Amino acid sequence: MEDAPMEYGESNKEIEVAPALIAVHPNQESVAVAVGSDLRVFDLQGDCAVSLVDDSSGGSLHKDSIRAIRYGANGKLFVSAGDDKLVKIWSTESWRCISTVCSEKRVSAVAITNDGLYVCFADKFGVVWVVDVDGSDGQAIVNKKAAPMLSHYCSIITSLEFSPEGQFIVSADRDFKIRVTAFPNKPLDGAHEIQSYCLGHTEFVSCLAFACNVEYPQGFLVSGSGDSTVRLWEISSGTLLDTCEVGGKAGLLESNGREEECCSAITDLCTNSDGTLVAVAVQSLQGIILLSCNLSARTLSLAKVVSIGGETFIPTRLVASRSTGLLWMITGVSNLRGYEYTSLARVRVIFGFNKSNHDFIQNERLVLEDDKVPGGSNLLEKLQGSVSFDEKVFVAAAEAVKTAMGNFITVCDTMAERRVRNADRGRIRDHNADCS
Amino acid sequence: MSKSTGLPRKRFYRARAHSNPLSDSHFPIPIASHHVDYSLHYPQVFASSDEVQVSKKVQFADIGCGFGGLLISLSALFPETLMIGMELRDKVTEYVKQRISALRVANPGQYQNISVVRTNSMKYIPNYFEKGQLSKMFFLFPDPHFKEKNHRRRVISPHLLDEYAYALGVGGIIYTITDVEELGDWMKACLQSHPMFEALTFEELEADPVVNLLTSATEEGQKVARNGGQTFQAVCRRVQPS
Repeated sequence: MEDAPMEYGESNKEIEVAPALIAVHPNQESVAVAVGSDLRVFDLQGDCAVSLVDDSSGGSLHKDSIRAIRYGANGKLFVSAGDDKLVKIWSTESWRCISTVCSEKRVSAVAITNDGLYVCFADKFGVVWVVDVDGSDGQAIVNKKAAPMLSHYCSIITSLEFSPEGQFIVSADRDFKIRVTAFPNKPLDGAHEIQSYCLGHTEFVSCLAFACNVEYPQGFLVSGSGDSTVRLWEISSGTLLDTCEVGGKAGLLESNGREEECCSAITDLCTNSDGTLVAVAVQSLQGIILLSCNLSARTLSLAKVVSIGGETFIPTRLVASRSTGLLWMITGVSNLRGYEYTSLARVRVIFGFNKSNHDFIQNERLVLEDDKVPGGSNLLEKLQGSVSFDEKVFVAAAEAVKTAMGNFITVCDTMAERRVRNADRGRIRDHNADCS
Repeated sequence: MSKSTGLPRKRFYRARAHSNPLSDSHFPIPIASHHVDYSLHYPQVFASSDEVQVSKKVQFADIGCGFGGLLISLSALFPETLMIGMELRDKVTEYVKQRISALRVANPGQYQNISVVRTNSMKYIPNYFEKGQLSKMFFLFPDPHFKEKNHRRRVISPHLLDEYAYALGVGGIIYTITDVEELGDWMKACLQSHPMFEALTFEELEADPVVNLLTSATEEGQKVARNGGQTFQAVCRRVQPS
């Protein structure tokens, strides 16, 4: 048996593909995209591409795939982190890297407190770290050390979210668990008080979001999983309120002909500003699924399947702009092998995401054409790196992302099987020794 | 099986003391605590799986129960309390199952309140227990994981104590004991620095009938006593964080 701790993903010596990510400023002042190690930002206010300034001693810009990007709720901070074990905190005014924090392991998720005082990041070993961000915006901070705050024992954390009022931090892992922990006044001393566990998913949990509005300011948690369901939870008690079988309902299983679990895994989801809609990206679906969310009835139901025609667009990340009601989507991947282009990033936008009324749902023309996207071709050129694409690249990218997600599950299974085989061999040896 | 007592013979269930807690061995894991079928574990208490009412729940958990010595001693001391042992090693879990079965047959009406489950308690405690369900948790002679790089595999650690504090109700007690001094210091330090655990006073330890069982009830404890070794214990109460 191996003595070294099991490192998921690091056992695969090939260069891993990384899905493209997108994040949008709370007031849509800027949009950021990450493809592989490349971080691209477009300033919508100034209508120009942003040049990032990074003279951190930790190393300028990212050197390996970025796995998580995020804007803070107050719009002042932006965080990027990933496989190079660096967490970079940027000021959104100067787009200067104000702090680079070193992580011991590769980073899989990040979150920023609503007041912008702390940045939390989760590594591939299941530890969630916290670092305090000095109040001085824009000023460079001396390299900070992060403190371990909580841990999901030996499980990859896939998503981190703060509750709308900042009382709790929610962490989801690949072992089907969602943990709700009270976020303390002094997070650097650790977050020890577990409020609840939201248990019910039967596969890895891939994404989390909160649905809240004026009537329900504390909100409810929405989670997506490899088990193809989206679930609604009340987090202070860990109660499962509703389950929506997205994969089955959208008829994905029928269209594929055979049931392939990893084809209908939920890739990402996001909620709108009044908690009435949930946009869901499902593996193998060229488009998104809209779920209707009823916070008073505490239910989730399928509202509409929005197809994105024209190209094979299977979103890898979804993010909503609260102020404008636009849903920004991206598809893409880095480290594409055997192809002319080594990476792909394609951005599309759906409008009207802040409305849940019947008309919006019925409206066929939800997807904006490229010329109607805010920032137009300037934005698309900067964030995508190009404005025209070969359809074959989309298909190759979709395959690569599917394989990567499949690997995510099977790498863990393969290693587990190898251990069980080794363990059995060991037991047989022991038994023989004792009986002789 | 021994023909005279009906009890399983330990020599056919030998296993290494060490087991890798990081491996994902393939044993069934309940999705959540209400999915655990307690009628399988305590058939006389719950006639069918429908009868698992809200009232009776497992209250004592022996983490790394080994060959079951502690559970068997506790069973008679607290006959109305349901207890479960958690063990990672397959063969050892089988042994405990057989032992409990045999004891139930030989002593009608007794030993109906103890059972064992094969699981990795470092990962799945929230799957078995609701918040605040337990009133006692036992960690007797855990694997020391001597090498510093393996310290994070220790069953008592600052982060895992969060999960044990979750499963234990306020006022619940955590009992730890070891014959390895360094590990004893480590466990004591982890508990002392955790905001949700407070050490029992000397008087409280004296008054607790369970404390004596820590050294005498298990095979490991008896072995240490035979060899004249020292033991190091840390017993704490789960408290509200200030």
